[in-house]
Amino acid sequence: MSQLGDVPTVGNEVVLDVRTQDMEINMGPQHPSTHGVLRVVITADGEIITSARPYVGYIHRCAEKIGESVTYEMFVPYTDRYDYLAAMNNNIGFCMAVEKAADLEVPPRAVWIRMICSELNRIASHLLAFGTYGIDLGAFTPFLYGFREREWILSLFEKICGARLMYSYVFPGGVANDVPDGWFDEVLEFCDVFEKKWRDYDKLLTRNKIFIERTKNVGVVPPEMAREYGWTGPCLRGSGVRYDLREAQPYMYYDQVSFDVPVGRGEMGTVGDCWDRYNVRMEEMLQATRITRQCVQACIRDTNPGEIQGDKPKTLKVKPTEAYVGIENPRGELGHFIVTDGKDTAYRLKVRGPSFCNISILEAMLPGTMLADAVAIIGSIDIVLGEVDR
Amino acid sequence: MEFEQLANRLAEICPGAIVEKVDLDNPDKPTKDPYVVVAADRIVEVMDKLQTDADLRFDCLLSIGGVDYPDVMPKAKKGQPEPELIPGRFEVVYHMLSTIKNHRFVLKVLLPHDDEPVCPTVSNVYSAANWHERETWDLMGIRFEGHPDLRRILCCEDWVGHPLRKDYVFPKEYHGISAE
Repeated sequence: MSQLGDVPTVGNEVVLDVRTQDMEINMGPQHPSTHGVLRVVITADGEIITSARPYVGYIHRCAEKIGESVTYEMFVPYTDRYDYLAAMNNNIGFCMAVEKAADLEVPPRAVWIRMICSELNRIASHLLAFGTYGIDLGAFTPFLYGFREREWILSLFEKICGARLMYSYVFPGGVANDVPDGWFDEVLEFCDVFEKKWRDYDKLLTRNKIFIERTKNVGVVPPEMAREYGWTGPCLRGSGVRYDLREAQPYMYYDQVSFDVPVGRGEMGTVGDCWDRYNVRMEEMLQATRITRQCVQACIRDTNPGEIQGDKPKTLKVKPTEAYVGIENPRGELGHFIVTDGKDTAYRLKVRGPSFCNISILEAMLPGTMLADAVAIIGSIDIVLGEVDR
Repeated sequence: MEFEQLANRLAEICPGAIVEKVDLDNPDKPTKDPYVVVAADRIVEVMDKLQTDADLRFDCLLSIGGVDYPDVMPKAKKGQPEPELIPGRFEVVYHMLSTIKNHRFVLKVLLPHDDEPVCPTVSNVYSAANWHERETWDLMGIRFEGHPDLRRILCCEDWVGHPLRKDYVFPKEYHGISAE
């Protein structure tokens, strides 16, 4: 006699009504894998996510309001703090917007130095993305290896401006100070060593079977969806759309250097999956090394180096106008829309943070995936909460 | 395509939608980026055409930002007639990018300077607009009609006021934490 007593049967099978409840899981704001203070309230039916609501704003410091009350030079340190992993690019984006509004000329040497800093910062940022993505998925070694090269880049920046993470090195009109002796040689040495080490990282993580199983066909974002959500940068390129501001609408001297634009091709799974986005970042590191080498050689070749700070008045007052400048940040298009009114502070400063735009897709993308994949997806978008919240 | 061609094409496919075209040499409205001003009730149609028209193909809505121009009462001068109030406005600025055709465009919608200006939402056309409009509502107080989920995004849910407005008063305390 069955211990279960009178149970419903279909043929020889016993049918039990096992009702489960959807579980509401809170991911963050303190979480090792959210890359900052991101809170995602996930409703999951077992392992499958049925809905996800991201909450941001935990590190909102209203840089835009601060931009209305401090002068342009004083605002540069605030720009460091939105995307703190690519601070040079933020400085450059803001300064270019001010220079466009004020018609300031930047001397060529300063532009080359800005480009070198921008590309080195891109490598540093992608190295961190590479390392932390490995950690998110359970691989600790790539993080330590990647940070070895990242430490070298940070020490290069320390030699040039005294800071490792928040540089405030680029000011409207030029850069703060010239490079110390021997800096260019060290950058060239770094480029040579980094290209060799890159092959190690590629072998370690990119072609690793477990990593591929965790990232292929996960978080597939077709190009139409990527465009609709305002994606730019490596995420958009990972979905197969070849659009890089440095190539399409070159700023500074990017039209004088040659580089490739890596695009996701669905090599391991589908076009637009996590592996593609990750691979675009890996390839971009090599291209950034190429650009850095060309910029350094342009500086060294220049036997009559000029000023590093252009002509600008002691207190910069910009006549009333409006200007928007978008540059290619390691995460996408960083845009600064500046409205001036003749005073020495901006009237309105709107910052278009690429991470803010990239992350809005989570609510549409996560339902239907598994909990473990949510971590892989958030890591592959590579957000920095400082930029999401500003 | 350059700004002139883009604006002309837009005027062709959306007749009457463009209220004003502001070029680089406009003395009253100086700007380094030319833009068009679109009527608020036509913005959804314009956005739809920007996305679908074969010559325009703006696939990426880069950002939506609000700008606050409060009413200005010029100072009374002796012997001069009573100065008139210059009415203020709220501007909603849309920056568009086409990754297909590689061109940019800037549109503006001007709203009266009410306590809660209203603008139709474009989040049904561009999903990217969803979070941008939430941010504009949160920080500037411009309400987007038809938005599926208009709530604060950067400030806390129980925050009072819209911080980026020019008449915003910083609170002296929040939940017992003093801001002095």
